[in-house]
Amino acid sequence: MTAFFGSIPAMIVLTGVLVGLASVLPGTFLVLRGNAMLTDAISHSIVLGIVLVWLATGATAGPVQIAGAALAGIATVVATEALARTRLVKPDAAIGLVFPAMFALGVLLINVFARNVHLDAHTVLLGEIGFVWLDTLPVMGAQVPRAVVWLAIMLAINAGFVLAFYKELKLATFDADQAEALGLRPRLLFNLLLALTSATAVAAFDAVGVILFITFVIVPPATALLLTDRLSRMIALAGLVAAGSALSGYPLAVMWDVSIGGMMALMTGVFFTAAFLLAPRHGLVAGWLRARGQRRDHDCRALVVHLLNHADTPEAAEENTARAMAEHLHWAAPRVVRVIVDGLDRGLIRREGEMLTLTPKGRAMARDIRDPLAG
Amino acid sequence: MILALAADYTVQTVAMGAALLGLVSGTVGAFAVLRGQSLLGAALSHATLPGICAGFLIAGGRHLESLFAGAFVSGLIAAGVAVAIAGRSRIKTDAALGLVLGLSFALGVVLLTHIQARGGAAQAGLESFLFGQAAAMLRGDLAVMAVLAAVALGLVAAFWKELTLVTFDPGFARVQGLPVAAVELGLTALIALAIVLGLQMVGVVLVTAMLIAPAAAARQWVRRLGPMVALSALFGVAAGVFGAVLSAAARGLATGPLIVLAATAIFAASILFAPERGLAARWLRRRAERRRVAGRRVLRSMQALAKEHGDPAYPAERGMIEALHGPGTRAALARLEAQGLVRPVPHRPGSTPHWALTEAGRVQAEDRA
Amino acid sequence: MPEPLHEPQFALHVEDLTVSYRDRPVLWDIDIDIPPGVMAAIVGPNGAGKSTLIKSVLGLVRPVAGHVRIFGRHYRDIRRRVAYVPQRSSVDWDFPATALDVVTMGLYGRLGWFRLPGRAERTRAMAALEQVAMQDYAARQISELSGGQQQRVFIARALVQEADLYFLDEPMAGVDAVTEQAIVELLHGLRDAGKTVVMVHHDLQTVQRYFDWLVMLNVRVIGQGPVAETYTPGNLRRTYGGQVALLGGAE
Repeated sequence: MTAFFGSIPAMIVLTGVLVGLASVLPGTFLVLRGNAMLTDAISHSIVLGIVLVWLATGATAGPVQIAGAALAGIATVVATEALARTRLVKPDAAIGLVFPAMFALGVLLINVFARNVHLDAHTVLLGEIGFVWLDTLPVMGAQVPRAVVWLAIMLAINAGFVLAFYKELKLATFDADQAEALGLRPRLLFNLLLALTSATAVAAFDAVGVILFITFVIVPPATALLLTDRLSRMIALAGLVAAGSALSGYPLAVMWDVSIGGMMALMTGVFFTAAFLLAPRHGLVAGWLRARGQRRDHDCRALVVHLLNHADTPEAAEENTARAMAEHLHWAAPRVVRVIVDGLDRGLIRREGEMLTLTPKGRAMARDIRDPLAG
Repeated sequence: MILALAADYTVQTVAMGAALLGLVSGTVGAFAVLRGQSLLGAALSHATLPGICAGFLIAGGRHLESLFAGAFVSGLIAAGVAVAIAGRSRIKTDAALGLVLGLSFALGVVLLTHIQARGGAAQAGLESFLFGQAAAMLRGDLAVMAVLAAVALGLVAAFWKELTLVTFDPGFARVQGLPVAAVELGLTALIALAIVLGLQMVGVVLVTAMLIAPAAAARQWVRRLGPMVALSALFGVAAGVFGAVLSAAARGLATGPLIVLAATAIFAASILFAPERGLAARWLRRRAERRRVAGRRVLRSMQALAKEHGDPAYPAERGMIEALHGPGTRAALARLEAQGLVRPVPHRPGSTPHWALTEAGRVQAEDRA
Repeated sequence: MPEPLHEPQFALHVEDLTVSYRDRPVLWDIDIDIPPGVMAAIVGPNGAGKSTLIKSVLGLVRPVAGHVRIFGRHYRDIRRRVAYVPQRSSVDWDFPATALDVVTMGLYGRLGWFRLPGRAERTRAMAALEQVAMQDYAARQISELSGGQQQRVFIARALVQEADLYFLDEPMAGVDAVTEQAIVELLHGLRDAGKTVVMVHHDLQTVQRYFDWLVMLNVRVIGQGPVAETYTPGNLRRTYGGQVALLGGAE
């Protein structure tokens, strides 16, 4: 136990995993609800909260700091919504107006009051996960890094919140109006969620900085969204992606001698790219294959309708041939060949010399398409 | 003090650089904001960091041209990736933007630390691109910026019609035969260009505000696109010069935050005090309307009382009217008196004042009924 | 290089047009011929593909199959002679532009690259605004106009193009009765001057009064031709399915 908490690499990786797990819990709902950029705004804005609390109390970590930043996050959300409600600016512009202003004020205050103190602007922005083990707290006889303690607490609170309000959050994300109608207070629920996001950001900023934090909130849930259609699985997968990124990012960062937090964040991108391309149902490749299949389905339908239109007419012998198909439907020769092969394979058509005729199955399908209201 | 500042060589350089940035970001930002692309700017600006690092690595040193080229290209790539993710998967636009923002920044941080590890970043000063460092700007940098600014403004002028139409009504623009996708790409390139111009001055984290705040402020004052773009550019220049000069004067204050706060202040003043659209004007209009309605109600009630008593000049006691219309009644009566619609009537001691309709008041009360 | 003319006797000729979203066909095997000089309505239930039909004719939606000819030519070769009024909902009304600015935009296409609209263009735009009786509102920002006034401004933007074929996508949506009457009279004026008007319409009660040509659509073409011959109970039933029982006026 003591050996585990004394191991620097173990503590760094544990910090990264905790950041990831604590972030994806609110992140999943924010991504689904279309509030991802609000996270971005919050995580920039909490810099102001961190600085103000530091100026007032001298604390750079701990419960006061976390509460102060949570308030700053709420202030961002409230200010953004108030600005959008005036309808003088669009909602997206409102976000883009509020967070740079709060961030700028925070950085300026650091500039003026906090030079050469623990709090410098670059650390706030980038974090320094490599040094989390320097600042420890005694917990049950072991010296545990302060960041690990606070992240573990935030993870527990976030998990408790999501478990307690799981069905409410689910409905509020899926259909806010319905949730409102059922008296579930979706706005209050989301404001709480955003407050938890801000608090998590404070717990995490020491380690990964406020911008890389955004990555952990947004990317793992976005990756999971490509892999599953079930909310509970999405949360679990997002957690896996986040933890996997922290675990794999650390050795790579050490190997290449680059920022550990940056590398962990970047690894979420590797997982996302893989899912974006290869996800079984929602991936790019799967979509491309499906589109090709649809094109072929469509061609088959065009073929059978064409054959039906001319079947049993005097010009059938002339119209219902491969050559006529190319002319009439403006299809290139390879496409005609492929369609005819598809049609034969699916048992929709038969070949009688030059002429193509419909099987009973093909005829039924063509009738269905030609008169969609008949059935 | 101010004269001495204005004569200072560094301050002059910085002021000119900031003016160029404000000019371009104000102009381009107007289109970005109107197209609802405010947050694309945020994603794109964070995404310039890896480009700056790549430019440094490729050129083997801190050559502004290569850093700018790297930033421009990586910004455009990031925009393309965000559009592709939003368009080709079930990820929503805002998540796609946040994803690109976070990941490209992470890549930037990794590259930055890679350069540091090779012992280059400290003298390269790449970290100054995070928040901007106006004082580090040289006259030679100004020439690069001037060329880029001229290109950006020239493009906007040359394709004014096309930009307008695509921004306002892309469907109609396509029917008119405009290459909408190409114009949209051009607009994204212009946004990237404006961001690149702001890198030295404002830094990657905050430069997005220079696209949004001046444009959002300008929209409040005018109702046509041309004047909006001009005013937005003017606001951009004002914010840029103010922040940059202040930061150069008080060394150590990061330039970016000062410029952004100046731009935000201009925006805040605009939504508060712009005529017609401003919140103050809106509040005054609502108050005038409330007062008009309150006055009309009081007149009508007094008319009704007069009719009931068969006396057109019936003096109604204020307490009665107050009972009907609540606490705003005294102010309403005073305003009606000033308009010559009611007059005070001598009253017995111990009662509240009495009021009667004047001739004009009677006419008006009838008229409205 | 313009292609050889194909069916030039029709203002609009659509052949074998098929459009699908995902695996659902929105339009299937559409053949439509509309002669010049008529005012034609496209009617059909929700989801029948009415707007999609106009959009694919104008190249805004890519069809999976089929082709379209306007006065015998491909759309891209004859753009100047076609005007389009989109659905009102597709526009950002807070955009900083006056009514006159919007109408002037109708001339951007023919101005070509690098030329800005000048006095001549503004004069023509003003004349178009007068045609829709909106000249007094030329300097108003577009969000300050009522729904009907906004619609008239967009019709003026189409008029200023002096096209021969006009496409309108539900121009009567959200418009009061007086404005609707004014719009109809204006469009009748265009038709009487030999222009062709094709309009997506949703109000079956007015079809016989407003139009002389009718296309009934429900994914496929159910009927088309002169209103008198096409507007039949049988066609209505086939277009609207069971819903037709509700439309007693049609019988």
